[in-house]
Amino acid sequence: MEQKKETLLEIHDLSISFRMYHQGLEQKELQVISDLYLTIYPGEIVAVAGSSGSGKSLLASAILGLLPGNATVHGHLHYQGQELTPERQRRLRGREIALVPQSVAYLDPLMKIGPQTDGHEKSRSPERRRQLFARFGLPEETEGLYPFQLSGGMARRVLVSTALLTDARLVIADEPTPGMSLDQALEALGMFREMADEGRAVILITHDIDLAFEFADRVAVFYGGTTVETAPASDFKKGPEALRHPYSKALWSALPQNGFHPIPGFQPYPGDLPEGCLFAPRCPLKTAECTAAVPPVQEIRGGEVRCYHGT
Amino acid sequence: MGLEAKNLSFRYSKKQPWILKDCNVTVERGQRLAIFAPSGYGKTTLSMLLAGYLEPVEGQVLLDGKPLPGKGICPVQMILQHPERAVNPRWRLRRVLEESGTLKEEMLRDFGIERAWLDRFPRELSGGELQRFCVARALMSGGEYLICDEISTMLDVITQAQIWQVVLDEAKKRNMGLIAVTHNYYLAERIATGILDLTAENVD
Repeated sequence: MEQKKETLLEIHDLSISFRMYHQGLEQKELQVISDLYLTIYPGEIVAVAGSSGSGKSLLASAILGLLPGNATVHGHLHYQGQELTPERQRRLRGREIALVPQSVAYLDPLMKIGPQTDGHEKSRSPERRRQLFARFGLPEETEGLYPFQLSGGMARRVLVSTALLTDARLVIADEPTPGMSLDQALEALGMFREMADEGRAVILITHDIDLAFEFADRVAVFYGGTTVETAPASDFKKGPEALRHPYSKALWSALPQNGFHPIPGFQPYPGDLPEGCLFAPRCPLKTAECTAAVPPVQEIRGGEVRCYHGT
Repeated sequence: MGLEAKNLSFRYSKKQPWILKDCNVTVERGQRLAIFAPSGYGKTTLSMLLAGYLEPVEGQVLLDGKPLPGKGICPVQMILQHPERAVNPRWRLRRVLEESGTLKEEMLRDFGIERAWLDRFPRELSGGELQRFCVARALMSGGEYLICDEISTMLDVITQAQIWQVVLDEAKKRNMGLIAVTHNYYLAERIATGILDLTAENVD
């Protein structure tokens, strides 16, 4: 990795908590993300993998400043070397930083697909959009339809188009592929790859990790609201020996093509987190040290891992 | 014999185009069939027809040569793609499960359901945990056939493998017939005894 290159987005020690009513009028803070880190360089795709509820979508909201009012964010968020303040987030989102939302419910139900995809910033020529729709196999009539008339897979392709049409330097794609057939998913990921090759960057949040390995440069693995490992995508293609954290290895072995072996147990709940390493209760390598304190991040073989026993 | 879809066609009204036209599928007990088709092809509609949630406009669904029973628990059970939309949000999960029979300790253990979850509301569980309840609810009723409509697409791969382990164990133990709708070829190879590509079957 070219460590000296200037980062596009740098996140470290990020934590997010929500103020919630506990009993009656008593409030408590529920910490859902802790000590999260992620760095993105121009020209790369970073895939974010991890269990459901590990804070992947919250990270997207935090970068764009879209968290609800009861959320508190601590830590460092830097975009192009400067701190990402709420004011700056407002200015950048939708222009410099674009989002492919997770839910098809993000489409405006009362707006036709064509104008909706073009956006309201300035009038764009519909030519580029039509070319993009054609590449995605969306019929020409699509632009005149309303969202409720689309199938799930069509709506996904429209959502991806909205982000690809902007001139954003950073695209955050939150689960862009479910419901798409394999060909369509490959086409969409291929377009993200082209974007990145032009010097822009993509954060690809996904459960289809086997596809992500093929297109991404690096993979960040989240568990229980923290980053447990970041590694070159090629390590994930090589197999578990090339990976550093036991959870990453478990993810790899649970893929249908790699054995389909699930590890037992569940991710801990926010508010009920174990002491020390969050993965310790399910970890085959657990020792006394793991339950005593949260392991620090260490560099191993060109990747970073948060584990005392990382290999 | 088995569960049979014969020349199944469906559309919502005469003005609308056909969603499904002359579709034929058969699955026997003990067989596990994975169904492939592009998005918008009518896979979910087919699942709902087979499980008796929709009435076909043309053709019929036969179980051992007879139409699906109109009363009682349907012997063909379906598990939906989005568990959070398949349970009553205002019921605690104990009530969700008890809808299909009495709770048994070994059943909860087999399905990987923790006791503490029973007193929670659906929004207090993750998608993977909720999907276990949906699987348990469908299997506790003692059905003979199970239709799984993309039940693991929204889950991480470890949870996906956990859920399928439960479903497959139970299906083998009871010699159930199973139909799984999926986009993932590797998953289909893992779980199914046969693969059916709808686009290849029904070209007209």
